[in-house]
Amino acid sequence: MDANLKKDLQKLAIQIRMGVVEEIKARGFGHLGGSLSVCDALAVLYGKEMKIDPKNPQWPERDKLVCSKGHAGPAVYSALAVKGYFPYEDIKTLNQPGTNFPSHCDKKKTVGVDMTTGSLGQGTSLAAGMALGDRLKGRDSRVFVIVGDGESNEGQVWEAFLFASAKKLSNYVVLLDNNKKQLDGYVKDVFDTGDLAAKMESFGFDTQAINGNDIEALTAALERTRQGGDKPYAIVMDTVKGKGIPEVEETMANHSMNVTPEQCDKWLADLKKACDALEG
Amino acid sequence: MKIVYNGEKDSRAFKEILGTQLEALAKEDPDVIYLDADLMSCIGTAKWAMNSSQGVNCGIAEANMAGVAAGLSASGFKPYIHSFGPFASRRCYDQVYLSAGYAGNPITVIGSDPGVCAAFNGGTHMPFEDMALYRAMPGSTVLDIADCNQLISVLRQVKDMDGVKYIRVGRKNCAKIYEDGAEVPIGKGITLREGKDAAVFATGIMIHEAFQAAETLAKEGIEIAIIDMFTVKPLDEACVVKYAREIGAIVTAENHNKIGGLYSAVCDALAANEPVPVEYVAVEDVFGEVGPQDYLQKQFRLTAEHIVEKVKAAIARKK
Repeated sequence: MDANLKKDLQKLAIQIRMGVVEEIKARGFGHLGGSLSVCDALAVLYGKEMKIDPKNPQWPERDKLVCSKGHAGPAVYSALAVKGYFPYEDIKTLNQPGTNFPSHCDKKKTVGVDMTTGSLGQGTSLAAGMALGDRLKGRDSRVFVIVGDGESNEGQVWEAFLFASAKKLSNYVVLLDNNKKQLDGYVKDVFDTGDLAAKMESFGFDTQAINGNDIEALTAALERTRQGGDKPYAIVMDTVKGKGIPEVEETMANHSMNVTPEQCDKWLADLKKACDALEG
Repeated sequence: MKIVYNGEKDSRAFKEILGTQLEALAKEDPDVIYLDADLMSCIGTAKWAMNSSQGVNCGIAEANMAGVAAGLSASGFKPYIHSFGPFASRRCYDQVYLSAGYAGNPITVIGSDPGVCAAFNGGTHMPFEDMALYRAMPGSTVLDIADCNQLISVLRQVKDMDGVKYIRVGRKNCAKIYEDGAEVPIGKGITLREGKDAAVFATGIMIHEAFQAAETLAKEGIEIAIIDMFTVKPLDEACVVKYAREIGAIVTAENHNKIGGLYSAVCDALAANEPVPVEYVAVEDVFGEVGPQDYLQKQFRLTAEHIVEKVKAAIARKK
């Protein structure tokens, strides 16, 4: 891929991670692990793949994002802030009384959030309805839905995937965040979901399995989802929960973490350094 | 509006009305979309809906259907979803609550064969709690249908209303109450019969029972008012309070658990405004069972005889 584009998207991913840290630093705790694992995907989606207009967030023809693992809200808010949907400083009100930035995504509160999620599994059906709606309205739009591997414990996820496949919703693109962990431990120990790529394939999806923290792989995989046809698309993303901050990656229980301002400042400095290094 | 009740059944079954009216609404408004969980053939919609982009068979997957409907609502559609009552309430309650209600995606939910109307499908298919569940959903509208013309009017009114609208309605023929073309406004109690001794607030199949009870009571010199409280939420509190003040003895009658339905709603209104004696005809806190509807009505004490009994009890408690 174009070297400059790759660098820009890598920088965007770091900026999104920095925003996540800023949000959680202001509150002192939050869903760090699962937010950090999807920052690269969000960077490619909002930085390149999605047809969006931050000045017109309700534009019906836009592509939509449903973050079905709603607890990754901090990552979505950060991406939207960096893209200019609202002032960057606003995201630091995460989970403060009266905030427009709650733990879990809420389309009635946050400009640019396309769908309310939080009760795991529900975003998959909502996204399927949105994709069907766009198709029936004749819109050239796609709906991207980020689903957790832990979330895939929920039966509703598989009802929705069957539906998308049965209705041939080729504008429905699942990004399955296979970060291998859920709240109580490793997915394979808590409730083994097995070979997710094989499952998606057998559910009738055009399926790709990639490194979900690799900008180049994400870019190529998302490009493939533009070709229409009669199948929905799945990208099973091999990711690391807590990606981009070694201390968080190494913490076993990193689904929701308490943090100190000092910790966060160090992480922010390291991320800034990584971002500057990309500038060369 | 003219009340045409004479005890005779309407020649049309509810399922015929659902079939023709959902089709008519879809033809008039391209944003109307109807989703079913593999029960299109049970409510007379299959013929048109199976061959229309405005009909979506979601398979036997009610939770997903509710979420898909909410997503379609967000895309600019006006979804009506249908399943049997228990599956349209208990089975997908969290999805309707969050994906439609909380998320601000208006949809209409039709739960068919409420309470004892589930008859030969038995206890697993017999919702006595659906109104309780939907009443507890913020911003919801809960409607218990008694008559075909009322159903026609209601299906049209809910189309552009905000929030989650829950319609519970049988599939078979029911006593005709309202004249053809009647507009039955959601949110209003409709007085079907005036009477000075007690006021009976009834819904659904219990309206017919209330009329039968009125005949029996009239022979004993007792005159009851009958009010169709088909809008169980938001309840017409002014209507309830007016009858409480004027008559001072109230009976509720519903094909539902006494917990959380019409009796609860009427008691809420009276406790806050005009406490008077209230008696109920409703299902005690028990599960359903299989059998013919007339047997089940007797079994669960949902008959004219029980209304007569409760009217006398309410009158006896009057100060």
